[in-house]
Amino acid sequence: MLSYTLRRIGQLIPVLFGMSIVVFAIIHAIPGDPAQVILGEKATSESIHNLRQQLGLDQPLYLQYIHYIGQLFHGDLGTSLVTQRPINQEIVPYLAATAELTLFSMVFAIVIGVNAGILSAWKRNTWFDYAAMIIALVGVSMPIFWLGLLEQWLFSLQLHWLPVLGRTNPRDPVTSITNLYLLDTLLSGNLQQFWSVVRHLILPGVALGTIPMAIIARMTRASMLEVFKHDYIRTARAKGLGEFWVVYKHALKNSFAPVLTVIGLQLGSLLGGAILTETIFGWPGVGRYMFDAIGNRDYPVIQSGILVLATIFIVVNLIVDLLYAYLDPRIQYK
Amino acid sequence: MKKFALTMSATVLSATMILAGCGSSNPSNTASNAGGNSAKSGGKTLIFGRGGDTVTLDPANATDGETFRVTDNIYETLVADKPGTFDVKPGLATDWSASKNGLKWTFHLRKNVKFQDGTPFNADAVVFNFNRWMDPQNPYHKGDFEYFTNMFGGFKGNPKAVIKDVKKLDDYTVEIDLAHPSAPFLADLTMAAFSIASPADVKKYNGDIKDHPIGTGPFKFVSWKPNDSITLEKNPSYWDTGKPKLDKIVFQVIKDNKARLNALQAGQIDIMDGLNPADVPTVKNDSNLQLFTRPSNNVGYLAFNTQKKPFNDPRVRQAINMVVDKKALIDAFYNGMAVPAVSVLPPSMWGNDTSLQDYQVNIQKAKQLLAEAGYPNGFKTDLWAMPVARPYMPQPEKIAAALQADMKKIGIDAKIVTYDWATYLKKTANGEHTMALLGWTGDNGDPDDFLYVLLDQDNANPPAQNIAFYKNPEVHKLLVQAQQETDQNKRADLYKKAEQIILKDAPWVPLVHSTPPMAASKKVTGFVPSPVGSDILTNVDIK
Repeated sequence: MLSYTLRRIGQLIPVLFGMSIVVFAIIHAIPGDPAQVILGEKATSESIHNLRQQLGLDQPLYLQYIHYIGQLFHGDLGTSLVTQRPINQEIVPYLAATAELTLFSMVFAIVIGVNAGILSAWKRNTWFDYAAMIIALVGVSMPIFWLGLLEQWLFSLQLHWLPVLGRTNPRDPVTSITNLYLLDTLLSGNLQQFWSVVRHLILPGVALGTIPMAIIARMTRASMLEVFKHDYIRTARAKGLGEFWVVYKHALKNSFAPVLTVIGLQLGSLLGGAILTETIFGWPGVGRYMFDAIGNRDYPVIQSGILVLATIFIVVNLIVDLLYAYLDPRIQYK
Repeated sequence: MKKFALTMSATVLSATMILAGCGSSNPSNTASNAGGNSAKSGGKTLIFGRGGDTVTLDPANATDGETFRVTDNIYETLVADKPGTFDVKPGLATDWSASKNGLKWTFHLRKNVKFQDGTPFNADAVVFNFNRWMDPQNPYHKGDFEYFTNMFGGFKGNPKAVIKDVKKLDDYTVEIDLAHPSAPFLADLTMAAFSIASPADVKKYNGDIKDHPIGTGPFKFVSWKPNDSITLEKNPSYWDTGKPKLDKIVFQVIKDNKARLNALQAGQIDIMDGLNPADVPTVKNDSNLQLFTRPSNNVGYLAFNTQKKPFNDPRVRQAINMVVDKKALIDAFYNGMAVPAVSVLPPSMWGNDTSLQDYQVNIQKAKQLLAEAGYPNGFKTDLWAMPVARPYMPQPEKIAAALQADMKKIGIDAKIVTYDWATYLKKTANGEHTMALLGWTGDNGDPDDFLYVLLDQDNANPPAQNIAFYKNPEVHKLLVQAQQETDQNKRADLYKKAEQIILKDAPWVPLVHSTPPMAASKKVTGFVPSPVGSDILTNVDIK
């Protein structure tokens, strides 16, 4: 197990290196000059020229790449062309905002999805099963932006139950410690602010979590039904074990491995969905940070941002694989 | 259940790794956020929703409106604009005078003014700031100081430089010596780029004050979360006693115009810029909201590349001027929040020739002109449309489609072409287009900022700001003469003459001067929209 873990981590290096080349090449193929975008329609050619020189954009691409990789080895993600700030520092609050949102939506997706799947399998062919699977079908086919706008219209603008956008109430700003506001507000013991942060999380969290929730529910149901056919379930029932324990203890353990894979994959794809959600809900997350960087042709931010996201994606997959091995010891690693 | 708990802890673990991987460094601007709490209790906070973030908090090194919108509330200039107009009023200087030849300007400074760091404002501070901007050898001259070179011809040593020297006469009197008379000089000094910063602050940060602004203005800087919000709080020792009325302002970035309006309707923000003209009825129908319009200070236009066939023939350009229905454009795309443009200059600006007669829609006459120019059956061409909405052009591609339909009436088959914004600006500046949509927002209320920049032959060499590449020696002579004339009435006459020639030559179809709409909660009082887009919020209150 240990050697497998180390080998998997070792594999990350060539993957990330190859990706850095591909990303660098693609980004520099996008038309448009960052200097022009930064300076806008009123810029003179002289100032554009000066800015290009200052930013090192006048150097050949391979030199720019070597310089970039050199910085990375020193743990430096570079400097944003637009804000002139180190990306290492700048990206942290954005990542935290996205982490908080994706975790919230993942918890929502897992808690609702897994339980709905279990109950559907357990109560197969009842009204609950039908209703849950219809909801899952609708959920999986509903575009995030549409669901988001619908939620905003209904719960914010019509019913005034929840805030329409943002992470916190700007009239009562959260003091950042970890940049995870749920944690920050708890650490400072401000329960009113904590509740405000939760309220801000609900609409975007549900919008983002609905598709994974639906997929997890369907996967859990299918997997549970498969497991129900096995003899040991019949044995468990024959022993006189309560139905609840049969389902939640015996069946769930053995049906959970494929569900876990789906959860891992969904967690990765959430990063993509986060861009849309963050745009609709004015969420200051890394998706929006990258989206703006692309619009501004802010090369270092795009490059390093993709690298950071890819690393997260790979690490999440690694954790899922390791858990998979733990759950199902029959899987052999060579 | 154990496995379920395992999954949960794995998820939490991966999140922890995400954060651990990024290091625990705390960005400087978040660290200073702790100050935000002090103003929390019982204060009047105004949340201002806007579409983009500030680029820098050093106005001397900025050219964009989102920067000035914030810095204008932190810093002050020697002279300022009266709210909502371009009329010059006292700022940090209480009065001023110019010598007869227009070369020596004397400014008497306001007394008992302090910078937000407690250091005194005086003649030394003014001289320090001018030297920082104008002298490339100055140790604190770090950056482009682009507006300084644009407005004042260049830095010290440049033969075109307008400002020769800035001297302290006594503690509260400063003299500025010019190399040659400059008519827009006083108007230029109202621009946010010439805000006076605390010399102590500039020295402390070695010239780099983009994160550490200290001025004399009504509000002081608290924190900046990039792409999210900038918080300012009341300057308790502001010289104008009893002001400002607000305790705190938060400039909140909400990219999408519609999302911003949602936030306003939900009460999460108090005022917003960048309202879609199409959403004006929504604001009017909401009893909690009020509508504002900015005074028109822009022009949206269709430029012909006058160096390219067939647009090198004025008859072709005039013919197209005769098919464009500006009223219909305004009704369809601006929700009535614009006036048809005849001249380059917005109607409220002095020097505007109100007697100009615009081309009337006349298809027959247009066809006839085209035939005379040798195109009886029209021709094929490209019509370039910009990819981004601007205040003067809310829906550029739809406007292009409307113009395309208008031109079709006289047989001109125009294909709509577009590029990303940076490429578009570069290609039009290089003259690669045939016809292109673009626009301009004024900086200082001076006609020179429109006419000379956009239609003088000096600016018609690639990369050009005169994207019509219009060169008329007569117009050039008038515009240069107007730059050196100090009598405003005489200048206005020169501009009117130039406008008449331009109208006849038709290098553009001037489309509209828009009055960009804004919306606010009914609770907001005392707000006067500024024509340049950076609103000073000293007199704003919230009920």
